[in-house]
Amino acid sequence: MNWTDIIWAVVWFAVIGGALGLMLAFAGKVFAVKRDEKAVKIQELLPGANCGGCGYAGCAALAEAIAKGEAKPDACNAASRENTTEIGKIMGIDTSGAKKMRAQVMCSGTHDLALKKYVYDGDGDCIAAARLGGGDKLCPFGCIGLGTCAAVCKFDAIVVKNGVAAVDYEKCVGCGACVNACPKHIIRLVPFDCRHWVGCMSQDKGPLVRKYCDVGCIGCHLCEKNCESGAIKVNGFLAEIDYEKCTGCDKCVTVCPRHIIWSSKTQGDGLMISREALMSELSDDGID
Amino acid sequence: MLKDILLIMLSCVLVENFIFSRFLGCCPFLGVSEKPGTALGMGCAVVFVMTLASAACNLVYNFILVRFHLEYLYTIAFILVIAALVQFIEMFLKRFVPALYSALGIYLPLITTNCAVLGAVILNMNNYSDMPLGQSFIYSVAFGFFAAVGFTLAIVIFAGVRARTEFSAPPRSFKGTPIALVTAGLIAMAFSGFSGISIG
Repeated sequence: MNWTDIIWAVVWFAVIGGALGLMLAFAGKVFAVKRDEKAVKIQELLPGANCGGCGYAGCAALAEAIAKGEAKPDACNAASRENTTEIGKIMGIDTSGAKKMRAQVMCSGTHDLALKKYVYDGDGDCIAAARLGGGDKLCPFGCIGLGTCAAVCKFDAIVVKNGVAAVDYEKCVGCGACVNACPKHIIRLVPFDCRHWVGCMSQDKGPLVRKYCDVGCIGCHLCEKNCESGAIKVNGFLAEIDYEKCTGCDKCVTVCPRHIIWSSKTQGDGLMISREALMSELSDDGID
Repeated sequence: MLKDILLIMLSCVLVENFIFSRFLGCCPFLGVSEKPGTALGMGCAVVFVMTLASAACNLVYNFILVRFHLEYLYTIAFILVIAALVQFIEMFLKRFVPALYSALGIYLPLITTNCAVLGAVILNMNNYSDMPLGQSFIYSVAFGFFAAVGFTLAIVIFAGVRARTEFSAPPRSFKGTPIALVTAGLIAMAFSGFSGISIG
């Protein structure tokens, strides 16, 4: 080994490296793919969580689709209102009619309120548990509470509390991933500002519901009769609220003998409402 | 010649499988084997890059390194060539074959620094550089291609087994990567059965 060897090695590698670098730089120019400017801008406004709630492979794919006009500017539920408006501006479409949604788990049957038919000791996954006789709760519409929805949530907005999943509205962006993941189909997207909702999905007849759950809808029509705005309809044995008509008067909450109509007034907007807080609020009003 | 290439195929795919007997490319083997679909995508990308890298590195070695007596710097030269090649292929595909580009997706840049690719070209150099130029080139490309096919076979089999372990209930301490490593070890043992076959 002498100095000339080292110098030649350095020179030759500088030449090889330089040649490859030039080749790449040249290729970068020649093979450059023009991306739609609108798509680039739109992608910056999307949340970038790649949640797939819009039905496209990710935020980049949705941005392309919006830019091409294949998707609506407000196709992303996760984007903030301002960003959606911005995207609408880029595309020249008015998006003011769009509504912010949030996920809501339509079950109130916590461990102490809903009866079990067996003790589930398998994999911690609702889909696996649902295959075993529809889950461990006697109620065929009950939350299994193993947190498959929490696992698919890209925004950490769901926690399982005492056997029932609960959504943190501040974190929830309404992408709908949990709605699709829930094997019991008991998660629904509701308007973000919705005042009341029925925390039950049971279609069973009243006497049967009474047997397996302390907080199941029995279809007694009390809420329907007492609703001033005609927003509640009992369909079969389950009350359903029309969120457009609902004025948030709390009448239904007070008359419901099963305490399953929830009110977002209890703790204000943007907060996860725990059942205990709701119950204490109700007992303050003189209801047992 | 044809017989030799058949032997290269048998030895690369089964007997001296890159993952199970040479232990090259273990990182993507464990990293991208959670779903059989993505594992196959990764495998295709490796086949693509390893074949081309074998060809390019064979040419670089025979026509540049040997000629200027720089054989001792082969590692750096090969890394350089592979990295540039993968970048170039990525740009080329993005422009002319966007379907293949989006199918290979993230896996193409991922294998830029894959030890299996570098391992293949170094083994090529060790085994075939003494042969005449044409023969050395053909053998190198065949070796690169079939080694990558062996890699694909291994990763797809492993992904299939791993998909099953997802639904089994191992002890909590074994969940995830530990049980995957145990599974990989068992498959490697099964593959070691092939080493009983005498080739050549």
